[in-house]
Amino acid sequence: MSAIRHVHRRDFLKTGALGAGGLLLGFRMPGAAAAAAQAEGPAVLNAFVHIGADDIVTFIIDKAEMGQGTVTSLSMLLAEEMEADWTRVRTRFAPVDPAYGPNQGVFGSLSVRTSWNRLREAGATAAELLVRAGAQRWGVEPSAVRAENGAIVHTRTGERFRFGELASEAARIPIPPNVAQKDPTQFKLLGTSPTKLDTPAKVTGRARYGIDVRLPGMLHAVVAQPPVFGGAVAGFDDAAARRTPGVRDVLEVTGGVAVVADNTWAAMEGRRALSIDWNDGPFASESSATIRDYFERLASEPGAEARREGDADAAIADASDSLDAVYEAAYQPHASMEPYNTVADVRDGACDVYVGTQVQTQSRNTAAETAGLAPEQVNLHSQTMGGGFGGKSRDSYVVHAVELSRALGRPVQVTWTREDDTRHDAFRPAAYVRMTGAVDAGGWPTAWGARIVCPSFAGLRNGIDRTAVEGIADVEYAIPNIHVRYAPPELPIPTWYWRSVGYSQNTFFAESFLDELAAAGGRDPVEVRQRLLADSPRMLNVVNVAAERAGWGSPLPDGHGRGIAAVNNIGSFTAIVAEASVEDGRIRVHRMTCAIDCGHIAHPGVIRQQIESGIVYGLSQMKGGLTIADGGVVESNFHDFEVLRFDEMPRVETHIVESREMPGGVGEASTPPTAPAVGNAVFAATGKRIRKLPVRPEDLA
Amino acid sequence: MANIEFTLNGQPRTVDVPEEMPLLWVLRDVVGLTGTKFGCGMGLCGACTVHVDGAGARSCQTAAVNVAGRDVTTIEGLSDAGDHPVQQAWVALDVPQCGYCQSGQIMTAAVLVRNYADPSDADIDRAMRGNICRCGTYQAIREAIHRAAELSGSGGGPAPGSAA
Repeated sequence: MSAIRHVHRRDFLKTGALGAGGLLLGFRMPGAAAAAAQAEGPAVLNAFVHIGADDIVTFIIDKAEMGQGTVTSLSMLLAEEMEADWTRVRTRFAPVDPAYGPNQGVFGSLSVRTSWNRLREAGATAAELLVRAGAQRWGVEPSAVRAENGAIVHTRTGERFRFGELASEAARIPIPPNVAQKDPTQFKLLGTSPTKLDTPAKVTGRARYGIDVRLPGMLHAVVAQPPVFGGAVAGFDDAAARRTPGVRDVLEVTGGVAVVADNTWAAMEGRRALSIDWNDGPFASESSATIRDYFERLASEPGAEARREGDADAAIADASDSLDAVYEAAYQPHASMEPYNTVADVRDGACDVYVGTQVQTQSRNTAAETAGLAPEQVNLHSQTMGGGFGGKSRDSYVVHAVELSRALGRPVQVTWTREDDTRHDAFRPAAYVRMTGAVDAGGWPTAWGARIVCPSFAGLRNGIDRTAVEGIADVEYAIPNIHVRYAPPELPIPTWYWRSVGYSQNTFFAESFLDELAAAGGRDPVEVRQRLLADSPRMLNVVNVAAERAGWGSPLPDGHGRGIAAVNNIGSFTAIVAEASVEDGRIRVHRMTCAIDCGHIAHPGVIRQQIESGIVYGLSQMKGGLTIADGGVVESNFHDFEVLRFDEMPRVETHIVESREMPGGVGEASTPPTAPAVGNAVFAATGKRIRKLPVRPEDLA
Repeated sequence: MANIEFTLNGQPRTVDVPEEMPLLWVLRDVVGLTGTKFGCGMGLCGACTVHVDGAGARSCQTAAVNVAGRDVTTIEGLSDAGDHPVQQAWVALDVPQCGYCQSGQIMTAAVLVRNYADPSDADIDRAMRGNICRCGTYQAIREAIHRAAELSGSGGGPAPGSAA
């Protein structure tokens, strides 16, 4: 019963999570508090399930939804075990509450993984309480009744009580310990693909995102931020801005100047009319070229050791055939379709914050700190996110709305424009990696060396930021000599988690370079992986499945090539075979065949969508990225920061390997192998090796 | 400021806004219909797509004055019960992920499906390449458009008053 912890009922009432009547199955409160709560009305059981007298089962979702299907997948875990009628399931986002753990959020493709046991336990417990309530009514042992599709059934007579009829009685029954969960062979809902719960609202415009929050008396704001990283406001002239129709106020906020208006457009017009004197600071003369020079210098310094086995340097020196290649990747914004935004309403020692965030607890705390309030005085209302990809796990975009609402005494919505979102995001760091390696006389890799230069954002431990070396230092390949070193550059460009994190660039470097080693040894890329993964059965399996389903080795149209890449991240194993060609100086990707082993699965449809989604994200980083000039980001919007468009979408086939292992993540599984599979296919088609992301026309010439 | 009269989702509507104010912000911040989304503000992503006199239009690039006397349809008004063939197909194939771009995708697809009884993949590419989806629902959208065309059955041929 470890998941069933105590919660203060008022916290649910405060945020409206608890409707009138029925049962809230949740974290049982102790003694007197529970009795008091029950005397007041609705019975309280646990923090995830509320059953109304109308039979509507409401699941309280403590994670957040950004398109990864969490609301649906987590509901399926609960509904499966409690035998809820899926057509009567509704959901709400949870408030921030210690009952849901010390750090509520969605990151690391962890939602299903961390909920698999916890929510199934909560669902099974809910069912057991209803079973006992039904047994009491009939005066029989609990073993004589069962839960089935929204009802409790008397097994012998076939009589039934609907959940809603038993809810308040069930709420008064003590929570039984050690309730059995279903054996996976008994699953009815898990493993199927019901229409996602939030789909109908998303096709009619009824779905509400953070940017759609409208409160009475709310003002709209945009914020001008420094064009140079590390810059600051030196002074500003707001006379023209204030004359702009609809503009209400102009205020300096942390790291910028805010224009507050009756509507978003007036705020944007007012900002255009602002004249700001920026103190650019020392970074103003830096550019992508100077940053690259800096990275290149660091790559020749000793660095910290991320992994050392055998003697890679000696193996390379002794080898008849050795390779040495520089790989690079550009800064990437997250570029969610919904730009960053927050609504704050600060008043009377309280603050309501409406925000789509991947880190609810942290965002609540940031709002409290900014408002000068205790965390408990802030109500965070989790909003559906229009994309996140890691970007909304950094909550700096909460600050300005809170500052402005506090200053003006009214609700304020701060919206980032696309230009703000592109230039002032915290980015996937750029990276510069010198890969070295060797093959033996038989053509098999014998040495794997890397000097990784990549900004650190997750902190150094023994000189290593895990997020900067993952994907190169932790490859599963049985290569006898491995030496991976790392040096962190220090730059004022903010960097952060970006879908699949270090694997997003490092798997491109590693899997492309392995392809180089295979070519140098005259070996087939699949054959090399099969040999090096002989002791890694789950990796080997997905490589084999992807190769087989893609028809590896079978004839292709003229000018087409195939490439393979694989990754082990987020607890899953993923391989992709790409089929690509180069047409009119651009890469054309025709087909992506993906095999994934992600353990037990909740919703295969969501998994297929996440695979397609991760592939599109990976293909986009081949197409567009950021450049730095005069200390700031050059690109500003989708004309110069290019992302994958409809007509560039390849055919994607996803093969989910049957597995009884614990669930792995899926949201970040297919991004890492996408770029190297395509790059390797381009090599197979043209002989041209892709070593830089994004790919520029000159890299293909 | 100017009083601008137009028809919004079948109802007469008057708004008092600057003539050059983009329709997107009239809808979202003045009228309060938030189904139409802000994605780029430059007509590059298609998230703000609506119908003006039946033709697809980027509302972020459409000045309020230019819809005076015209017929504007947003995602909220595409069908009475969320059952336009495109919406039905989108639900049947469970297309949306984050869903943020889907209002624009659906409004663009609705024009396509009205004008082509049986759109080819090339027709779909041409019609949809202006609508960005960062979640990568493109493959599902393609399938859903084919499904919507089937559901439209007797469809084909521009609807009366269509400029698309």
